Amino acid sequence: MLHDILGWYNYWLIAVLILVGIYGMMAKRNLLKKLMGMNILQVSIILFFLTLSPKEEGSMPVFDAELASTAAGYANPLPQALMLTAIVVGVATTGLALALLVRVHRTFGTLEEDDIMEDLR
Amino acid sequence: MTTSNSLAWIIAVPFFAAAVLPMVRRLGKAWVLPTALIGSGAALIFALYAAAIVVGSGEPVRHELGGWEPPWGIELRMDHLSAVMTVLIASLSFLVLVFGRGGMEKRLEGRSHFYYSMYMLFTVGLFGMVLTHDLFNLYVFLEVSSLAGYSLIAVGERASPFAAFRYLILGTLGALLFLLGLGYLYAITGTLNFIDVAERLAPLGDSRAALVALALMLTGFGIKAALFPLHAWLPDSYAYASNLTVAFMAAVGTKVGAYGIFRVLFTIYETGNLQFHMPVVQIMGILAAIAILAGSILAMAQSDLKRMLAYSSVSQIGYVLLGFSMLNANGIMGGVLHIVNHAFMKCCLFLVVGAMMAQVGHRDIRRLSGMGRKMPWVMAAFSLAAISMIGLPPTAGFFSKWYLILGAVDAGSWIFVAVILVSSLLNAAYFFRVLERVYLKREDPAEAALETAVATTSATPVSGSSALAVQPEEALEVREEEAPRPWLGPGTLPATMLAPIGITAISLLALGLGSAWLVENVLRFIVPGGL
Repeated sequence: MLHDILGWYNYWLIAVLILVGIYGMMAKRNLLKKLMGMNILQVSIILFFLTLSPKEEGSMPVFDAELASTAAGYANPLPQALMLTAIVVGVATTGLALALLVRVHRTFGTLEEDDIMEDLR
Repeated sequence: MTTSNSLAWIIAVPFFAAAVLPMVRRLGKAWVLPTALIGSGAALIFALYAAAIVVGSGEPVRHELGGWEPPWGIELRMDHLSAVMTVLIASLSFLVLVFGRGGMEKRLEGRSHFYYSMYMLFTVGLFGMVLTHDLFNLYVFLEVSSLAGYSLIAVGERASPFAAFRYLILGTLGALLFLLGLGYLYAITGTLNFIDVAERLAPLGDSRAALVALALMLTGFGIKAALFPLHAWLPDSYAYASNLTVAFMAAVGTKVGAYGIFRVLFTIYETGNLQFHMPVVQIMGILAAIAILAGSILAMAQSDLKRMLAYSSVSQIGYVLLGFSMLNANGIMGGVLHIVNHAFMKCCLFLVVGAMMAQVGHRDIRRLSGMGRKMPWVMAAFSLAAISMIGLPPTAGFFSKWYLILGAVDAGSWIFVAVILVSSLLNAAYFFRVLERVYLKREDPAEAALETAVATTSATPVSGSSALAVQPEEALEVREEEAPRPWLGPGTLPATMLAPIGITAISLLALGLGSAWLVENVLRFIVPGGL
């Protein structure tokens, strides 16, 4: 039982972060808080990928014949490369979302979803 | 198998057009739209060329990006399904651009190059999604098209940035769920190429990680495709965004989500293993059936024409996913055929709404009386598309529903047969409601009086509470946006608006009459082996 938690602590942490992120996106009524929830979810998924990459006794993925001669001796570089792209996507999404929020605030004078819905009705 | 770098050109040309559009604007306003048209038109030519090779040889065309062999490099591959999707996206993108000539420029006053740049990027994202054969690349192109799509939706009426933000939150959730599912698949297979993943996944058929990954990916694409309980972003986005955006996005935007579901279900997961994953697929089928009925019922309750068409989109995407969930040849062919048919129908319907708003300045179903006399040709196109939506022969809509019903009979699920038939009745109910107004009701004086009354009230600032809270000059701007006015006189629809409407409407008949050819030469090859 203890081993299940401690041995996989990174996955547990990520699971908690994912749930926090989704909770923020779905349950919060303030648009900026929704955006924060989205960012938390993004980071948690990036962490999930990164946690796939290291190996026991594995060194950093730069080939050096003295360190190891097989792939097993190096961390997997691919998830890191993928997540570099995912981070860029995340930055673009956040930037666009903030720009939209500026427009929303200018139009409605508030970022509370309930107030905006009231206004639209 | 043929190699052709036209696949890379399909993506590269509109991408280049998107990049140069802001620069071309410096040369003068007149250069903006031609550049976009050239980008879109060249992509259409390359798409037709590649698709002709695929259909002619009966084998996929592929291209290794940068000369890196898969599974190390990213592979572009156009099989029959990709060919259908690419030609569909390219032709509709071009038609809608032609339709938008002038309208967008008037509206954005010299800033339309940003709009067209985003439009091109949206197209690039869609092309990339349907051509790539690499899971992570699919995610990247999904985000490219989504980000451009959010900014396109934000161009429109007063509430459109708010609708775009809500779509952004839900859409990003969908993309991230897909990314998480992709992570699971990568963790258990160690590769990203579709075919490579499929090969390594086959012996892992009963692994729980594969099941979770399937559920995550289907949910992610389900949000993108607006599958019923995940459709909340769609009606607002479509109602508030500009007509040009909606005509293109409603036609192909959600369809690409359905394409993603097809890829996950039939290319990545072996059909043999799907038996184990049955519960997930069955849940999708049930949700799709609910979507068909709920979408139609909600559409009946709308008085805003765009919102009605938006809810009808929710119901139509249900047909596509219902077809996929049947897991048999007829169902899958019907689903793919419905992707094509519905894209043309919805594009035509939204173009008509665009033409109508340009001429009479509103889209309220209750005020459509006598439109059949005011705009006879445009309304004829609308009726044809409506008949096709209901599914009467010989229009396209009939044939996809026919295959779907055959698939439901093959699968032995009589409930689905009933759902398809009942929903056709519901479709008829909400479209005849519009057609009755358009053709049978005369424009009576009382209604004309109401019309002027509505026009005057909407011209005064309505939303007192928050309009007062903002700065005076902004309030003025808001009011301007709130009362969309006709910008064309009666009877002066330019040929560039009429032609796309006409082409989409006629292609509905052509698709209906040519559906036998399409099934025999293209769709037959889409059905995965073993079904």
